[in-house]
Amino acid sequence: MKQILLAASAAIILSAASASAADVKPAVVFDMGGKFDKSFNEGVYNGVEKFKAETGISYREFEVTNETQREQALRKMAQRGADPVVGVGFAQGPAMEKVAKEFPDTRFTIIDMVVDLPNVQSVVFKEQEGSFLVGALAAAASQSGKVGFVGGMDIPLIRRFACGYEQGAKHAGASTEVIQNMTGTTPAAWNDPSKGGELAKSQFDRGVDVVYAAAGGTGIGVYQAAKDSGKLAIGVDSNQNYLHPGTMLTSMLKRVDVAAYNAFKGAQDGTWKPGIQVLGLAEGGIDWALDEHNKGLITPEMQAMVDKVKADIIAGTITVHDYMSDNSCSY
Amino acid sequence: MRVISGTVPRWVDVGLIPFINILLAFLASGLIILLIGEDPIEAVRILIWGAFGTEEGIGYTLYYTTNFIFTGLAVAVAFHAGLFNIGGEGQAYIGGLGVGLALLLFDNSLPFILILPISIAASALFGAAWAYIPAYLQAYRGSHIVITTIMFNFIASALMVYLLVNVLIQPGQMSPESREFAQSAWLPFMHEAFAWFGVEITRSPLNLSIFWALVCCVLIWGFIWRTRWGYEIRTVGFNETAAVYAGINPKKIVILAMCVSGGLAGFVGLNEVLGVHHRLLLNFQLGYGFAGIAVSLMGRNHPVGIIFASLLFGTLYQGGAELSFDMPKVTREMVEVVQGLVILFSGALALMIKPTVERIYFILASAAARRASAAEG
Repeated sequence: MKQILLAASAAIILSAASASAADVKPAVVFDMGGKFDKSFNEGVYNGVEKFKAETGISYREFEVTNETQREQALRKMAQRGADPVVGVGFAQGPAMEKVAKEFPDTRFTIIDMVVDLPNVQSVVFKEQEGSFLVGALAAAASQSGKVGFVGGMDIPLIRRFACGYEQGAKHAGASTEVIQNMTGTTPAAWNDPSKGGELAKSQFDRGVDVVYAAAGGTGIGVYQAAKDSGKLAIGVDSNQNYLHPGTMLTSMLKRVDVAAYNAFKGAQDGTWKPGIQVLGLAEGGIDWALDEHNKGLITPEMQAMVDKVKADIIAGTITVHDYMSDNSCSY
Repeated sequence: MRVISGTVPRWVDVGLIPFINILLAFLASGLIILLIGEDPIEAVRILIWGAFGTEEGIGYTLYYTTNFIFTGLAVAVAFHAGLFNIGGEGQAYIGGLGVGLALLLFDNSLPFILILPISIAASALFGAAWAYIPAYLQAYRGSHIVITTIMFNFIASALMVYLLVNVLIQPGQMSPESREFAQSAWLPFMHEAFAWFGVEITRSPLNLSIFWALVCCVLIWGFIWRTRWGYEIRTVGFNETAAVYAGINPKKIVILAMCVSGGLAGFVGLNEVLGVHHRLLLNFQLGYGFAGIAVSLMGRNHPVGIIFASLLFGTLYQGGAELSFDMPKVTREMVEVVQGLVILFSGALALMIKPTVERIYFILASAAARRASAAEG
């Protein structure tokens, strides 16, 4: 009898616990790249999966396939009581602005974009700072004095990466030559590894020996080409050093996983706050990757140089020009 | 007593065969859904309910349908002239550019009553202009229209990206999009139109351009079957040599058919840019141009058939989104597989079951005829 009572009370306690845990019903709306793009969306996916693994709270998800579905998906999440709702990518900005107004009691978080509403948390990154760091590193590692950049789709955001990279490379060596290519002008450019590889090879033919890819899934081809040609490559968004240890110089880290995790976690423990969060080097939202896969490539001098540049950017003695502040890369 | 001729009646060709094709597609999709461990019956229920179960769902379904009607008609008109217009995608994109430019110029200065005809004209004109170049190359230079229209899709895409990234972008904005048009110039949403009559319906992207789509169906029917131009288009499509013999200039007809086709595809821009997004943006046309090929094939290149085929594709788009929403295992790629199977069975394999169906029909028909004559005798 006693045991039954114990079991029953345990069951009640357990169900009470799960009831309180069910209070947050997080949801995430991935963008067109899809959640397994090995880069931006996948970073968010890793963040929310981490939340799920830690708390046992499952989340709703949706991957949009056309322009109109963004608004539809965000609204549907809110209608079904999801809270908070995380939108991935700048393209969801206008849609979230509409939907967040319709559901003022639902908490929204948008990554890579600013939506100025009392129930929206906007998380943006200073990609130019991280690109500056890896640019300096690329120039330091280059024997030929020529470094390359392969962008994904030709949009202002990617030019911001390119511009920061160029500044960093020139900072480390004023005579460094930066050769830039964009993979394409359509969203297919985010997922075209063969073209990425071709672009990288043509840059190698022109003397480039370190190449930085900010191109989503296209980067995979760039890294492979670097490995095949014995050149160095730099990863982006997630830590991609493990892909080809020995030829991956480093990765520019954009911690979208942390942003997504924090949005869910903050909503769960009540620390979620609306407003703009600009994550740069100082906030730890942007960084460069140093791990067991690339430590053989980074000499102590290079590390000291990058640490100094990083400290200078944080302290404000180096200011990195943001392409998107005036849509030009004149610094 | 009926004479059994060598051809099956029309209802078998335009009704029964497409229906069987869709059934086969759903059967194959059901097997795949079963394979990933979900209940196919439940999946169909969610799909249908998602497309027609709510006002919002119906709105989205019809909004997609609008786009498919435009691109389906576009493919059909070219098809009647024996041309395969694969460039609906690019023509829709440039049609949207036409609307966008017109609105960016006039939205603050002209009343809506003038904006609307200007937008319709601009989308048709831009779409037609984009189709004119491949048409000219086909007619006068012999470059194959399939190749050139495909290439023009890429050129359109590159042009739009250039314009939106460098010229039309709203300064200080992250996404390559133009500024929002003045609200007075928006094509009213259906929920707004209903509100004029005091009826409240849930908001959805469905807007008044669906009426224009239906008007286009009537116009195109009249154009193809009731005008001299339509007659000439069909003649060239059936037999170009005979058309020349009849005094028709096939070169002019190629250009005419392609321009009408491109103009129709351009109306996708009307629905998307003027009706839904109210700004010029990238990739609003994504996939509709290509789906238009399947819509037209399934609809047997006839406006009525195209309306039904468009409705089916609208259902698949909206119901498919709902499916991936409610069944976590059904990813968006799965939804694309289902859509792809429908296209495969009713497009590429459209004629696969035709001989079988015809044989069965003849066996049944002759059996019925024998019974009838036995009863008479």
